[in-house]
Amino acid sequence: MQNQFPVLELIVRNHPGVMSHVCGLFARRAFNVEGIVCLPISGSEQSRIWLQVQAGDQLEQMIRQLEKLEDVMSVLKPDLDSDTFDRLPAMFKHQTRTVAPGSTSVV
Amino acid sequence: MATSATVLPQTRRISGAQLIVHLLERQGITMISGIPGGTVLPLYDALSESSIRHVLARHEQGAGFIAQGMARTSGKAAVCVACSGPGATNLVTAIADARMDSVPLVCITGQVPRDMIGTDAFQEVDTYGLSIPVTKHNYLVREIADLPRVIDEAFSIAESGRPGPVWIDVPKDVQSAELDYDDVAYLIERPALPEISSQSILDAAAMINAAERPILYVGGGATNAVEQVRELAEHGHLPATMTLNGLGILPTDHPRSLGMLGMHGARSTNLIMNEADLLVVLGARFDDRAIGLAEKFCPNASIIHVDIDRAEIGKIRQPHIAIQGDVGEVLTRLLPRITSDGREEWLAAVSDMQTQFPDHRPGIEDPLTHFGVIRAVAKCVDGSEIITTDVGQHQMWVAQSYPFNRPGQWLTSGGLGTMGFGLPAAIGAALAEPSRKVLCFSGDGSLMMNIQEMATAAENDLDVKIILMNNRALGLVHQQQSMFYRENVYGATYLQKTDFLAIAAGFGLDTCDLNAAEDPETALKAAIDKPGPCLIHIFTNPEEKVYPMVPAGAANTHMLGE
Repeated sequence: MQNQFPVLELIVRNHPGVMSHVCGLFARRAFNVEGIVCLPISGSEQSRIWLQVQAGDQLEQMIRQLEKLEDVMSVLKPDLDSDTFDRLPAMFKHQTRTVAPGSTSVV
Repeated sequence: MATSATVLPQTRRISGAQLIVHLLERQGITMISGIPGGTVLPLYDALSESSIRHVLARHEQGAGFIAQGMARTSGKAAVCVACSGPGATNLVTAIADARMDSVPLVCITGQVPRDMIGTDAFQEVDTYGLSIPVTKHNYLVREIADLPRVIDEAFSIAESGRPGPVWIDVPKDVQSAELDYDDVAYLIERPALPEISSQSILDAAAMINAAERPILYVGGGATNAVEQVRELAEHGHLPATMTLNGLGILPTDHPRSLGMLGMHGARSTNLIMNEADLLVVLGARFDDRAIGLAEKFCPNASIIHVDIDRAEIGKIRQPHIAIQGDVGEVLTRLLPRITSDGREEWLAAVSDMQTQFPDHRPGIEDPLTHFGVIRAVAKCVDGSEIITTDVGQHQMWVAQSYPFNRPGQWLTSGGLGTMGFGLPAAIGAALAEPSRKVLCFSGDGSLMMNIQEMATAAENDLDVKIILMNNRALGLVHQQQSMFYRENVYGATYLQKTDFLAIAAGFGLDTCDLNAAEDPETALKAAIDKPGPCLIHIFTNPEEKVYPMVPAGAANTHMLGE
């Protein structure tokens, strides 16, 4: 069965504007991104972005548009377990802290 | 290849602004358009000591379109400059227009100093964020040392593959920072053109040779392949239609030319395309104004799509054969494999259709009508002229009836459809090609949108003629409201009788009132022949329509009008 929410893996130049480029491209076409994870690739000036997106006819066109972005070096469609993104909230859970409104302290 | 205009000593202390100017000179830039302001003053200081000629526009949008005029004429990236905040926001329209029509530009704006970015400083706007969706690429330069790479990359990106605008935002303190610059040859290598598979060439040739009723559908992406397109049309006996931005690739009077297709294309052309069994798409992108309802466009045709931009292939219609590549290179490899089938039957059918549905040009003998003035203007010049237009009815009438003879002769805002394009684009064309006359057809609605650039034309004494068809209305809006909104014309007529002749004279232009001339054709010829900027004014009827017209969202065979 085809995964309803496939994941794209992007290698991008690591600089402050790159996320705007990637997200803007999806937003403009009213194409929702379900999940995003971004991590720097150590020892390089690149980052890796995983995008969980919706399957559909539009996806191929989205990949081609992503490949046109100058800051996107490559776009892959890795065969990830469909629940990879589902497991992420549990991994971040123990770090959650409540910050009071107006508080300037960050735990 | 870029040339080095200024030879710097081996190493010297140099400011960011001086570095930018040096890098522009190294790219071969001799002229830029712009307007100074607080955050680009270091750059202007450096420009004042350089070999580059600065053309002072009267509005940043004008500066952007002046650069477009230079770029569309020369095919090379042109440069415009503005300050932060309103300077940058005013540029957005001209840059978005360049992106839609694949025009190479490098746009440089000042930004507030780095430590003030994000503080809502005076004249601060998020230029980087604003420019993302309207450019091919953009930069916010955070370190002076990045300038050589950024500027060289910007020209490479703007001019390679599918051309487009690149925006470079440079904080003021980066412009005034200094570094030791040794003139490293940082000119980066341009990306190689995509590999073209031999099999796809063989497949395309076989499909063309086997087709009985093929049509070439030629867009702006074939501008650099004039010889190859002509040879394919002639040798293969293929009728060719052109998009708005492809006009001129085959001369209007070429026997294989079908003129323009689409919403206001020739009636016979839209009907002929409906019969085609093969569509060879060369550097065109199935724009909705060209193809109408996508599912019903050439319903019986197989499609071969050649485009340098992979993302255009399959975007609207899935081709049977897709070839990503430069149109000229693809055709050069394809041509030796095309057999010279006479296709007498198809050419006869095409010719019959053209006889049965001739172009309708009411009033063409009378120079005081819309079609008549276009023809009269064409008779005053020798074919070396450059034509620009604004956007609206006049634009479509010129597209339908002007005798174009080459690409680069015709500058018009196609994709974005920007009123106000015509005059500044004409100024840019006249600056880039001072030996040619530049004729700008405009309407009163459009001209008013960048009328301040008359001052720029006068100040630089450019050989630009504005042919103003004044119907005291937004003609194409008037037409659509008349046709599709119960004749409820609202917000589309100008009650104020603006005196354009007095305004033009006030800006320092010559003027020619065709309606008042004893012999309009003689007056027109005299006005066009005399060097320097001139406004040629003619009243037209707001009730006139651009026909045929395919309603938005309808199939191209569903044409309204005569």
